[in-house]
Amino acid sequence: MRNTRPTPAFLVGAAIVALIAATALLSFFFTPFDPLQVNAPARLQGPSLQHWLGTDNLGRDLLSRILVGARITLLVGVVSVGIAVLIGTPVGIWAGMRRGAVEEITMRGADILLAFPALLLAIMFAAIYGASTVSAMAAIGLASVPGFARVARAGTLQVMNAEYVLAARAAAQRPVRIAARHVLPNITGMLLIQCSVTFALAVLAEAALSFLGLGTPPPVPSWGRMLQESQQYWGTFPAMALWPGLAIASAVMGFNLLGDGLRDWLDPKLGRGKA
Amino acid sequence: MSQGNEIQEEPLLRVENLGITAGDTPLVTELSFSMASGERIGLIGESGSGKSLTATALLGLLPDELTPSGSAHLRGFAPDLFTAGDKAMRGLRGDEISMVFQEPLSALNPLMKIGAQVAEVMLVHRTVPTRAAAQRRAIELLASVKIPDPAQAAGAYPHQLSGGQRQRVMIAMALANDPQLLLADEPTTALDVTVQSQVLELISAQVRERGTGLLFITHDLAVVANMCTRVLVLNKGRLVESGDIEKIFTAPAHPYTRALLAASDISATDARGRLFTVDTAAGYVPPALRTEVAKGPAAGAPERSVRPAGEALITATNLDRTYHRARTRAFGPRPVVKALDDVSFSIAAGERVGIVGESGSGKSTLLRILAGLDAPSTGSAVVAGTEVAGAREADLAPLRRQLQIVFQDPMGSLDPRMKVSDIIAEPLLVPGQKLDARGREAAVHQMLGLVGLEPESASRYPHQFSGGQRQRISIARALVNRPSILVADEPVSALDVSVRAQVLNLIADLVDEYALTLLMVSHDLSVVRHLCERVIVMKDGRIVESGDTEQIYNDPVHPYTAQLVASSLDLARELAPNP
Amino acid sequence: MLVRIAGNLARFVLSLLAATLAVFALMRVLPGDPAAIAAGENATPEVVAGLAKQFGTDRPLPVQYWDWFSGLWRGDFGVSYVTRTDISPLVADKVQVSLILVTLAMALALAIAIPAGTIAAVRHNKPSGAVIAAASQLGIAVPGFLLGIVLVSFFALRLGWLPANGWVAPGVDFAGFLARLVLPVIALAGVQSAILVRYVRSAVLEVMHEDYLRTARAKGLSPLGALVRHGLRNAAIPVLTVTSVQFSALIIGAVVIERVFVIPGLGSMLLSAVGNRDLLTVQSVVMVLVAITLVVNLLVDVLYTIVDPRIRAAAQGER
Repeated sequence: MRNTRPTPAFLVGAAIVALIAATALLSFFFTPFDPLQVNAPARLQGPSLQHWLGTDNLGRDLLSRILVGARITLLVGVVSVGIAVLIGTPVGIWAGMRRGAVEEITMRGADILLAFPALLLAIMFAAIYGASTVSAMAAIGLASVPGFARVARAGTLQVMNAEYVLAARAAAQRPVRIAARHVLPNITGMLLIQCSVTFALAVLAEAALSFLGLGTPPPVPSWGRMLQESQQYWGTFPAMALWPGLAIASAVMGFNLLGDGLRDWLDPKLGRGKA
Repeated sequence: MSQGNEIQEEPLLRVENLGITAGDTPLVTELSFSMASGERIGLIGESGSGKSLTATALLGLLPDELTPSGSAHLRGFAPDLFTAGDKAMRGLRGDEISMVFQEPLSALNPLMKIGAQVAEVMLVHRTVPTRAAAQRRAIELLASVKIPDPAQAAGAYPHQLSGGQRQRVMIAMALANDPQLLLADEPTTALDVTVQSQVLELISAQVRERGTGLLFITHDLAVVANMCTRVLVLNKGRLVESGDIEKIFTAPAHPYTRALLAASDISATDARGRLFTVDTAAGYVPPALRTEVAKGPAAGAPERSVRPAGEALITATNLDRTYHRARTRAFGPRPVVKALDDVSFSIAAGERVGIVGESGSGKSTLLRILAGLDAPSTGSAVVAGTEVAGAREADLAPLRRQLQIVFQDPMGSLDPRMKVSDIIAEPLLVPGQKLDARGREAAVHQMLGLVGLEPESASRYPHQFSGGQRQRISIARALVNRPSILVADEPVSALDVSVRAQVLNLIADLVDEYALTLLMVSHDLSVVRHLCERVIVMKDGRIVESGDTEQIYNDPVHPYTAQLVASSLDLARELAPNP
Repeated sequence: MLVRIAGNLARFVLSLLAATLAVFALMRVLPGDPAAIAAGENATPEVVAGLAKQFGTDRPLPVQYWDWFSGLWRGDFGVSYVTRTDISPLVADKVQVSLILVTLAMALALAIAIPAGTIAAVRHNKPSGAVIAAASQLGIAVPGFLLGIVLVSFFALRLGWLPANGWVAPGVDFAGFLARLVLPVIALAGVQSAILVRYVRSAVLEVMHEDYLRTARAKGLSPLGALVRHGLRNAAIPVLTVTSVQFSALIIGAVVIERVFVIPGLGSMLLSAVGNRDLLTVQSVVMVLVAITLVVNLLVDVLYTIVDPRIRAAAQGER
């Protein structure tokens, strides 16, 4: 039987994710300073009442930049996970229901795409189209498709082998109807888990890409780029790297915890042994 | 009581006030019994009775979250088994107390050779001097449990042996160090009928030869009658009755025992020709006391309403179904497995036909082909006027209206995310069905009443029901659009005995009421014998024999059928006075 | 067993073929004619045509693909459109650096994860197990380049124990080679070991619930003895799968780590080629990275066949 209460991991993860979402929303209406406002005299300051997290090498307010940076993180995550869900899920269900050559070809295709991790694909896209948020989202989304296709297919195979689907077929239910009434509801839990895991990976990939200077171009602040800009000051002023680093780590952890919590909550058997 | 001389001797095993709790929930309560050396005791109960936990507790292997109370003493071992501690218990396990488990495939390490797994138990307890000696002894043991070519088997991995052979390996392993006590937890439940009887015989012979005490756990009364001298009946963790087999099975004192016995005895029927259930057990007469004892059709066969044989409703002609295995050689042909091999038969409207066979006989494949869920490789199957072979989904629509199916697994056959009302109404949601929402609701309620479920059930989800109730829901779904053919794939094999009788009665009632043609697949000859007037016996994808059920049961022609009949443990036959 | 390995090999070759097609389509077909890119925006059509003739990009695409593909087979990646130098010797040079980094990091990650994950599983309801599980949860959230930054700031820049970056060939100065290797390898291995700990832990927990472990206990083996003799090899199978998947993550992680530590490997080569819009070099390096991933997958598939007799038998069609 399913647990009726969410696990602590789920609650903590949900809280972190909600906090980041709230941060990104808040930044549209209010930031302590203009995140792009250069203020040379106030450069490389530690935390103060005025600048809660201090300032960077150009005197820009770190807190404001972190707040605004959450937007890119969430935007890239939402869009790339969206691309992956919308392409991967139907393909996986189709493969799992049709079997045969359809399954063989799509799954081999997924295997090959798996040899291209999100970051590698994003670097290739940056080489072709130049660094941009759009090419980052497209690359990360595309690279996440096989994950969803595999999860959806595995779940579909499980459901299609269940006797209740045989019963539905014996009752003359059409494939589309079986997919909608039996398959999709029964694999939604797995897909949700995959969503949060993929989101965490997208956050990581985006941060790495920005760190390499191939993500969202300046001046828009992003956490990865803030890390890159801090490179010269790692020895002398580590706070400049600390805050964006913490932001990235907590976002990744939030989505990971959310995924684990969902796993334990929705399917205790699946989650057995996960922290 | 005939236990006068056993009292002087110190018992082999003495269990006093065994209790097992999970937190505050009692799972086993105040269980006391003792076993003389060499005695064979059956521990009987339905699922959730705590019978397996009892054995696990004696071995000291209860999961951490369960705690035993009370005491248990094994002769020659001073400390109490429940408090001895893991280190002391380790010396006993596999040496003085051994266990055979239910599922031999998962109980053996898949990555380790058979011989090494048998040898290990001797090396752990240092009952052999060297590794080589252990290996030699392992091969001897494999020979003693009658595994063909034991030397080769010792070098094989578990997946390379059959189910019966794996269980023989488990037995060899359990008996390697000549234990005083053997615990057997449903050791034959996962096996085919003919294999089951061989394995039971083996356990029985080995235990008698070595004078090993046997605690045999099972849900199957016929098996206990065959194996044991004394029986303990467990219900919801409590011992309700214990005593010699003859006493318990002829004059059960406790109503639960009587109900269990009545429901298990599929050869006994009430005045209406229905099986006894928990409710009607009072009218049950144990077989040994019956005047006409289990010979001839009168005792077993229920009265069947004779219906005029209609025209052929199902006709199968030369059905073949082949599957391809993975290639063995890079360019060779792929090995072919014949699931069905030249199967032909016909069934008239209104007939009740059983298909009997063991695993791999092709019986389920046949059923799925007839239901239009699988396609034959060659041959033809015409069901209710529809040719199934080569049919596309659209062509099968008439068949789908005429034929419905009930599956084995009461968990897996209902979508866990759908309400019962939606599950039952599903067959009504097809093109051509004109019922509106209210009409469907009325139909659902009518069906719920028919299968004996409350109207409130409609708004619940499957996991809120017991196995028997779920099977009733399956039956309701199958009959909601009034098919003429009901196909059932092992409909009761996953159910407890007391529930089994109720579900079989329900099927019998509905088949009569709706004049259904029934096609039922089962591994259990007695279930088919009760419900069907005609039987088709299958082996390795072929029909070996078919005809009138009673005739085949009493006078089988094919040797395999004869073996099947002889291997089927039947309560009435086990308890019949030996001629 | 040999049939199975032959099958693995065939699948590997097919995947490699498909990967070359995918890379060629992405890098050569999508962006347009490299001659136009190399010539710059204001070039006359004659200049572009001349360059196209020189690069060979005026020929039909299938011919160009075949040319590139057959070159790959001989280890010849062609001449860069931007730097006009041979790509192959560079790749051969840099691939060694990257492989040293990645292999050491994977070895370190496994050396940490296998014992830690096993302990976390065995003590899953004791504090020590929970601490390991929590630490791995934290570790997963810290990307390799972030860990690298932390390590550099602290051990190199603050304490001055180790060089902050750079690379020396082992033949030139072995001690210096090792010293420069420590931080990047730890940075790369950190996340990987955190991820692997989770999988080892859940694989071991899984086998701890298996019936055959209960059988082993019923034979009289101690909990630890049963786990070591019967559990670990079974637990290794799912861990192998994850290791092969994680290897590709490690390879791409190394690209970023090379940037943090200024290491002249494939990653640095790739990034500078991206910066120069040197698409043929990007194409070559990507192909090498993907090929390494596929080779590792092949090796793991072969390992499976050796570890698991059931897979061996499946290829032989039962018995």
